[in-house]
Amino acid sequence: MIPSNKVNARNFLSKFSIYLVLVVMIVACSILSPNFLSGDNIVNIIRQLAIGTILAFGELILITAGQIDLSSGAVLALAGILSIAAYQGTGSLFVAFLVAIVVSVICNILNAVMVTNFNTPAFIATLAMCDMARGAALLYTQGQNILQIGDYTVFGQGSVGIIPMPIIFLVVVAVIIAYIMNNTRFGRSVYAVGGNEAAAVASGINVPKVKYTAFILNGILVGIAGVLFMSRVNAGLPNGGVGYEMTGITATIVGGTSFTGGIGTTLGTVAGSFIIGILNNIMTLTGVDSYVQQIVTGVVIAVAVIYDIQSKKKKSNKIILPEDSDEKTSKA
Amino acid sequence: MDPDIKLRVSQIDKYFFGVPALQKIDFTVRRGTVHAICGENGAGKSTLMKIIYGIYKPDGGQIFLDEKPVRIQNPTEARKHGIAMILQELNFVPESTVAENLFLGRWPVDKMGRVDWKKIYAETKKFLEREKLPYSPDQKLKTLTISDIQMLEILKAVSFHADVIVMDEPTSSITQRETGVLFDKIRELRARGISIIYISHKMEEVFQIADDITILRDGMVVASRPASGFDLDSVISLMVGRKMENAYPKEEVPIGKTLLEVENFSSSQLYKDVSFSVKQGEIVGFAGLIGAGRTEVMRSLFGLDPFTSGKVRINGKEVKIKNAQTSIKNGLAMLSEDRRLYGIVPVRSVEENAVLANLKRVIYGGKAHKGEERSLVSDYFAKLHVKTPNLETPIQSLSGGNQQKVLFVKWLICNPDVLILDEPTRGIDVGAKFEIYRLITDIAKSGKGVVMVSSELPELIGMCDRIYVMSRGRVTAELERSQFNQETIMKYAM
Repeated sequence: MIPSNKVNARNFLSKFSIYLVLVVMIVACSILSPNFLSGDNIVNIIRQLAIGTILAFGELILITAGQIDLSSGAVLALAGILSIAAYQGTGSLFVAFLVAIVVSVICNILNAVMVTNFNTPAFIATLAMCDMARGAALLYTQGQNILQIGDYTVFGQGSVGIIPMPIIFLVVVAVIIAYIMNNTRFGRSVYAVGGNEAAAVASGINVPKVKYTAFILNGILVGIAGVLFMSRVNAGLPNGGVGYEMTGITATIVGGTSFTGGIGTTLGTVAGSFIIGILNNIMTLTGVDSYVQQIVTGVVIAVAVIYDIQSKKKKSNKIILPEDSDEKTSKA
Repeated sequence: MDPDIKLRVSQIDKYFFGVPALQKIDFTVRRGTVHAICGENGAGKSTLMKIIYGIYKPDGGQIFLDEKPVRIQNPTEARKHGIAMILQELNFVPESTVAENLFLGRWPVDKMGRVDWKKIYAETKKFLEREKLPYSPDQKLKTLTISDIQMLEILKAVSFHADVIVMDEPTSSITQRETGVLFDKIRELRARGISIIYISHKMEEVFQIADDITILRDGMVVASRPASGFDLDSVISLMVGRKMENAYPKEEVPIGKTLLEVENFSSSQLYKDVSFSVKQGEIVGFAGLIGAGRTEVMRSLFGLDPFTSGKVRINGKEVKIKNAQTSIKNGLAMLSEDRRLYGIVPVRSVEENAVLANLKRVIYGGKAHKGEERSLVSDYFAKLHVKTPNLETPIQSLSGGNQQKVLFVKWLICNPDVLILDEPTRGIDVGAKFEIYRLITDIAKSGKGVVMVSSELPELIGMCDRIYVMSRGRVTAELERSQFNQETIMKYAM
């Protein structure tokens, strides 16, 4: 019979190492700075992380499916700008929110068309989209920031009770994405397409549909991030969100998503995002120079990815051996 | 001291994390002979070869070359000692030229430290002329066949003055005719005094070419003597450690109604007017040389590649072939010839791989039913004797035979009417092969139809009820079981 999931200390450590790192960091930070664990600081950290983490979920889905989105920073800006314009035109927050989603989804459908119908690598297709969207945002505003956005700020600065809106958005989105990845045929298909596209095709999975769906979901997430971003900075910035796609990619990769596709989890992505966020927060609290901060962040990313690759190597070596001995016992 | 002995391995031990992989291995390779090493997957063949080639260090024992003790620390040293290895999976850069390949890693340089390409191409030209190879030095490797490249590798080894050449499954991806050419070359090298260590699962070949045979089982030598002291049955029973009553567990199964009918199936170039049928309980074989179009027909039939004309009826009803998705719905399933390319999703768990072709079965109503999935998969794994540490294990960590069984589970979960099996036992060791044959028999017994494409004739003859032979994209013969024999089939396959 097949034994149930064996839990030994080593397996456990390698499977949950990312969360362990997070816990160790939180403990270390609370010792380094007494302010770290204060309610205000924690809310502050999560609020700052919300946008990057939501973008990271989009990258999680796409990278796991063997794709990537380099346009999310620019599409975020275009969606946010047009959303504010819609708000100023109609006065409806609902319409404004909807416009952001629709604009971002359209951009991502174009990404999907380039990737699936014209076989463009996602790296190149979304790089092109990055320029198109940024250009469109600048064209629409003629390079000017849109000021006085009124009640639009409620998305990024409002709160329900004591909980700030961005945190509510983050939690709701995280729960939905986790559900999609674990509990739907689409989620399973994402892992299969990223793990071996040809095998997915031969197993009857509608691969183009999976890619379209992945980009559309990413579009919804980028749209939400666009609304939160503009609302938080209290203006429509056509030059906003530059480099945010990298924040998202970094978070999900640090969280264990494999750049070659097929592996990645929602919870890991959250952990990855928090590790980077907490690192930046503690360095700010303890007065580390901001240039030094950037160097440290880079080092952490490198270490995280190297560790991940090494532990996977060890793991795959380890499993083969008991299997070999297993065969021997069976023959006797 | 015996001047006849080229290589002697004495009392070699190797442990991985305390688990013995090789124990007290002794065998000798005589000068100018072909020495076959046989054993099931996991018996320790590759570990032993890696020790001889310096990739692994032994934990005990000694290797002697010309009866002098040697320490081989790495492949570079092995090559210095005149030991070369031709790997099963040839690694080459398709865009590089014959000359570049020949001098890979040992580029001659001029005084300025620049690679001396003139010299490389001139030397290559001389080499090709000497070895009577019909290529030009600047021809790209992608224009050569696998067997050409293999030949090039072997001759390259010889040009390094190798006098012991290890060949790991050299015929696994070349045709029968190319195997003949390879064997001629091996015999020529043998006559020149070169010793060859030959690893193969194909027993017919071993008996054709080997002078001596060493059999490994569970990391130990169970027999080592001249090939004349063995026969096919004794080799197999020594390898698996039990008597193989019958290599093919064929059973008489009542043949039912026609399940699949293919009529005048044609593609633009690969095959033409292919017609065949499969009935309930029937195992229908497809024989032919590599490139005869068998795989291509099956891939089109399953909706993976386009075709130009032809009719397909399943259960008497004409069906439109669009893609794998609709084919699965229509009651077809196809186990691909290339397990790594079209079969497994390497990094995902055995469980996820097992349900991949029928996600609806376990994910429905907007929810994944994990418990149901778990029990469905474990039931099938128990039935097919899939050996895996647990259901979360990535499928890439399993042995080839177990991976193949997981893929069988994947298709059985779809409950197809007709199962197409393209090279179902490729790269699988003897014991696991037998289990796969039994499984195919069981599938036929359950009233399904089986199409079996295979390049191993004995396997088709042993398992099938009918065999279609293909040659150059056309069906050239349809043979009943009473008409099966290797010569007839080969005649139609040419």
